[in-house]
Amino acid sequence: MLAKRWLDHDRGGYVLLGVLAVLAVVVPVANLAFPDGSPLHLSTFMVTLLGKYLCYALLALALDLVWGYVGILSLGHGAFFALGGYAMGMYLMRQIGARGVYGNANLPDFMVFLNWDTLPWYWHGFDAFWFALVMVVLVPGLLAFVFGWLAFRSRVTGVYLSIITQALTYALMLAFFRNEMGFGGNNGLTDFKELLGFDLQSDKTRVVLFLTSIAALALGYIACRYVVTSRLGRVVAAIRDAEGRVRFTGFRTHHFKVWVFTLSAVLCGIAGALYVPQVGIINPTEFQPLNSIELVVWVAVGGRGTLYGAALGAAVVNYAKSTFTALLPEVWLFVLGALFVLVTIALPRGLVGIAARFKRAQHA
Amino acid sequence: MRETGPRDAEDWATDDPLPGGIDAPHKWILYLDKISVSFDGFRALNNLNLYIEAGELRCVIGPNGAGKTTMMDVITGKTRPDEGEAFFNGTIDLLEHTEPEIASWIGRKFQKPTVFVNHTVLENLELAGLRDKRVWPTLITKLSAQDSDRIDATLRTIGLLDHARRQAGALSHGQKQWLEIGMLLMQNPRVLLVDEPVAGMTRQETEATAELLNGLAGEHSVVVVEHDMEFVRSIARRVTVLHEGHVLAEGTMDVIQNDQRVIEVYLGE
Repeated sequence: MLAKRWLDHDRGGYVLLGVLAVLAVVVPVANLAFPDGSPLHLSTFMVTLLGKYLCYALLALALDLVWGYVGILSLGHGAFFALGGYAMGMYLMRQIGARGVYGNANLPDFMVFLNWDTLPWYWHGFDAFWFALVMVVLVPGLLAFVFGWLAFRSRVTGVYLSIITQALTYALMLAFFRNEMGFGGNNGLTDFKELLGFDLQSDKTRVVLFLTSIAALALGYIACRYVVTSRLGRVVAAIRDAEGRVRFTGFRTHHFKVWVFTLSAVLCGIAGALYVPQVGIINPTEFQPLNSIELVVWVAVGGRGTLYGAALGAAVVNYAKSTFTALLPEVWLFVLGALFVLVTIALPRGLVGIAARFKRAQHA
Repeated sequence: MRETGPRDAEDWATDDPLPGGIDAPHKWILYLDKISVSFDGFRALNNLNLYIEAGELRCVIGPNGAGKTTMMDVITGKTRPDEGEAFFNGTIDLLEHTEPEIASWIGRKFQKPTVFVNHTVLENLELAGLRDKRVWPTLITKLSAQDSDRIDATLRTIGLLDHARRQAGALSHGQKQWLEIGMLLMQNPRVLLVDEPVAGMTRQETEATAELLNGLAGEHSVVVVEHDMEFVRSIARRVTVLHEGHVLAEGTMDVIQNDQRVIEVYLGE
């Protein structure tokens, strides 16, 4: 059985999928079936917050695929997330129609404000949902493919690759900050009203977005798991451990790296596209290098090279972030830095490593 | 002074024709002619000639810096020479092919054993033996019974049948060297380039390696670069001595050992 191979000996994966299944039932019921004020009621704010964490978890999963399994430490994965988010944001902007502040059915508000009289060519097509979905996958995928092809064919590896991925996301941030780019400048895209005609503020829409995020994370996990347990997964792990040897064995290693890097970027794009309708805004700060570095911390904290560990790390670190930034906002960055140092020194295998050690101690 | 007859060469030439359009008169499985390579003015190879017959077991010796590694780099496509010709199987111009292409004809074993430490012995051999090494086929195709048989046969040849399910990283130094030779065999190359196979091996391991390489010659052409003179003596039929980037002497071990120039630069040390 194929399914058996993906999840063979993958207890962490079972736990992750189990937790997602439970959330998929409990959260909608607690939000919709129990009235406001009931002790079992879950606020829509919490539903959206959980949905956001799920998007982050998918993003972390995508990074773990390239970092944990191919050994590519990308410090620019936030760029693919943001691009997917912008593609979805453009569709949501077109859905506003004539209900903007200026009441212009043909142009988004920020374009009217800039005295533009026609829609730029690259905004055409975003009226259609299917077109936006294609772009969510295509734009990050194509960028990753071209970037990966140039970098991996030239055998750029290690710290140099990390630096240019960082430069990539920084350059995109500067570009998207410019009003002339036509993506809303530093305000980005916001004030969304509807998605496929459903009100984005309604509880039911939020719950559906939450469920879609659960499905995306579960399918993303299974897809990644399929890849890493396949023979291709063994080839890329071999590339991580001894790339020169793989090349001499007759594999074109850069093809494999580009393939996995592109797949990872597509997953990031999907995560970004699910994130934007839930948080209601996308702006150029999503491209800032710090975001991509935080993402690396999530994966390191959870446990690199396990996939489910990355999802766990994203949830734990972001929960800590939500808590700390509410209580002591100025301390958060120190906590984040300390967390990274601590994990690197004391827990090279992350939280997942603690669980494994605990289990071994029980057996002994 | 040839130990293997030209009959072998013709056998190779007739079976399984390989791509390549040049009609060169070379009957050699490996033909390096007047190869020169310079790095920043340093001549690593200087007018090197090396001709290997099909099925031959050849030892290449020489002091440090003689150009042995550069020679293998040229053969495997890692380094492009400034001058000279390099042909495989008479018609295939090695200078016009990439490393992965050459790897399917000529397998190289590095000095330091490099196996995939996080994979089992079986998985190491399986990866090396994949027929279609492109991305999609690697993702989708299943292992055939024929492939499994081939892996089994190789495990037997390299004496690791009992270790098939072990992590390669947990093997002893000698076992890693054999596994790497096994990985080369899985690629089914015509020529094996083996760099210092017995460095760091125990006496028993060295003997087993000599037996292994001897068994491979005939079906494959084997070029062994080695420092251990006793080992060379135990396997060599024909020895080439490199010095300062060119061939100093060539012949049987007896001829080499009595060559005055060789004694001066190498054996006399």
